[in-house]
Amino acid sequence: MAEVLVLVDHVDGEVKKVTTELLTAARRLGEPAAVWIGEGADTGSAKLAEYGAEKVYVAPAEFNDYVVAPAAELLAKLAGDASAAAVLVSATPENKEVAGRTAVKLGSGVLTDAVDVSAEGVTEHSIFGGGTITHAKVTSGVPVIAVRPNSVPAEESPAAGAREEVSLELSDAAKGAKVTDRVVQEKGARPELTEAAIVVSGGRGVGSDDFSVVESLADSLGAAVGASRAAVDSGWYPNQFQVGQTGKTVSPNLYVALGISGAIQHRAGMQTSKNIVAVNKDPEAPIFELADFGVIGDLHKVAPQLTEEISKRK
Amino acid sequence: MNIVVLVKQVPDTATERKLTSDDKTLDRAASDGVINELDEYAIEEGLLLKEKHGGEVTILTMGPEQATDSIRKALSMGADKAVHVSDEALHGSDALQSAYALSRALGRIEFDLVVLGSESTDARTGVMGAALAEYLGVPQLTLADKVDVDGQAIKVQRLTDYGYDVVEAELPAVVSVVEKINEPRYPSFKLIMQAKKKPVEKLTIADAEIDAARVGLANATTETVDVAPAPPRAAGTIVKDEGEGGVKIAEFLAEKKFV
Repeated sequence: MAEVLVLVDHVDGEVKKVTTELLTAARRLGEPAAVWIGEGADTGSAKLAEYGAEKVYVAPAEFNDYVVAPAAELLAKLAGDASAAAVLVSATPENKEVAGRTAVKLGSGVLTDAVDVSAEGVTEHSIFGGGTITHAKVTSGVPVIAVRPNSVPAEESPAAGAREEVSLELSDAAKGAKVTDRVVQEKGARPELTEAAIVVSGGRGVGSDDFSVVESLADSLGAAVGASRAAVDSGWYPNQFQVGQTGKTVSPNLYVALGISGAIQHRAGMQTSKNIVAVNKDPEAPIFELADFGVIGDLHKVAPQLTEEISKRK
Repeated sequence: MNIVVLVKQVPDTATERKLTSDDKTLDRAASDGVINELDEYAIEEGLLLKEKHGGEVTILTMGPEQATDSIRKALSMGADKAVHVSDEALHGSDALQSAYALSRALGRIEFDLVVLGSESTDARTGVMGAALAEYLGVPQLTLADKVDVDGQAIKVQRLTDYGYDVVEAELPAVVSVVEKINEPRYPSFKLIMQAKKKPVEKLTIADAEIDAARVGLANATTETVDVAPAPPRAAGTIVKDEGEGGVKIAEFLAEKKFV
């Protein structure tokens, strides 16, 4: 069986959940081979093997010193050497860029934001703010596919996870844009927005930069916190938490929208969520068209009661 | 400094957007065309850089005849001139083919900086900046929410999951911008009038030396197999809060095993 390369997302050796989902999807297409960039492969490899990685290619941390191009050079080389059946990455903004450059190098095609991948390499996409479903495939060369987190349920399937160091001299072109500093902004203990199984978001209805009503509910559910564009534009919550067309796209198992009307701008970023709960004062708010469960009311009353009720049930 | 800003005309997100039933490409007749929202931030950033460092801002657009409207809008924001690549042979080109075609057109324009929006609201692939940098062989400074140019050196803040990276390179380079980088200006009446007289150069694929075998639907690297409206979500339960709203949600969440 041909190798299917999976670019690993990890934070200092801790493998992200989306990578286990990609390894599961990769097994449908061939033999998963994980591609690890940077330190930490010693600790992370066990998890990759648990989810089906026959091989773990390891490239040095230097590859992270430049923007996107080294990862693409690495994936293109490995895909060529192994005659890979496909390359899978998570559909984060950065990895979609990696996917694009890799496909250019391979002279193949790229598909982004897949919400499913079949054994034949046919991908499913939810487009135009969730109103339309398409299926697509790459028709030229090694398919490069960016899969949205929370799309394919991860299943364990132990494999060898044999480590292989990659020796690759980066081209000068790949070193054009150098990362000279990394600035970590407040993250706290909450899960990452695009990966989280549960997301609680606040919008205009929150009414001020006091987002504690949203954060408390999120924390009671072990959820990530998101915000609508209206809330971010008002300066109530930082940019990187914006969910929507021009912000992050999330697809959690549960999405709780507090005081968000549900304009297309917002729906485009959350419509593929499996379960949607909404609280809004306005009975006409379009978010209720999406909601599996909705409460017409004041989020400042409903959300604290919900938080308390969840704590009671724990 | 010669700045080229890429502008894409996209269907208005406020209208119902569709793919055509025959060749499954964007149905441009179904919705009004507008400038891709993030491209307005790219135009603004190009204008700000010009105001600071001097030079010229050129708009580069690939798309059918009707994209002229978006080009005029971009010129009325203050750009100096435009290049419009338009050819029936480009119809149905996918993201990478479009990046190739744009890289060819850019080969005819002297540039220090190419600025574009980090994604379009229609296809949302987010690959254009990266693919262009690859084709052009210049540094990729994408997802920027701050751009500083000093002589031949450029420095940006690149948004990441954890915050941002500081990225440095030498010009020429490709920069893609995110929404919060600036506040796009509104065209003044004077600029709108001036825009009508600004030069727009039209290029066919032959003019831009774009290989016809590498663009268009027939040569696309990806294929849309089928298109269907999303199945409607089952109607949810909507209740009015009469003091028990939170408890009712908790019951729903318990039923779904979230609590």
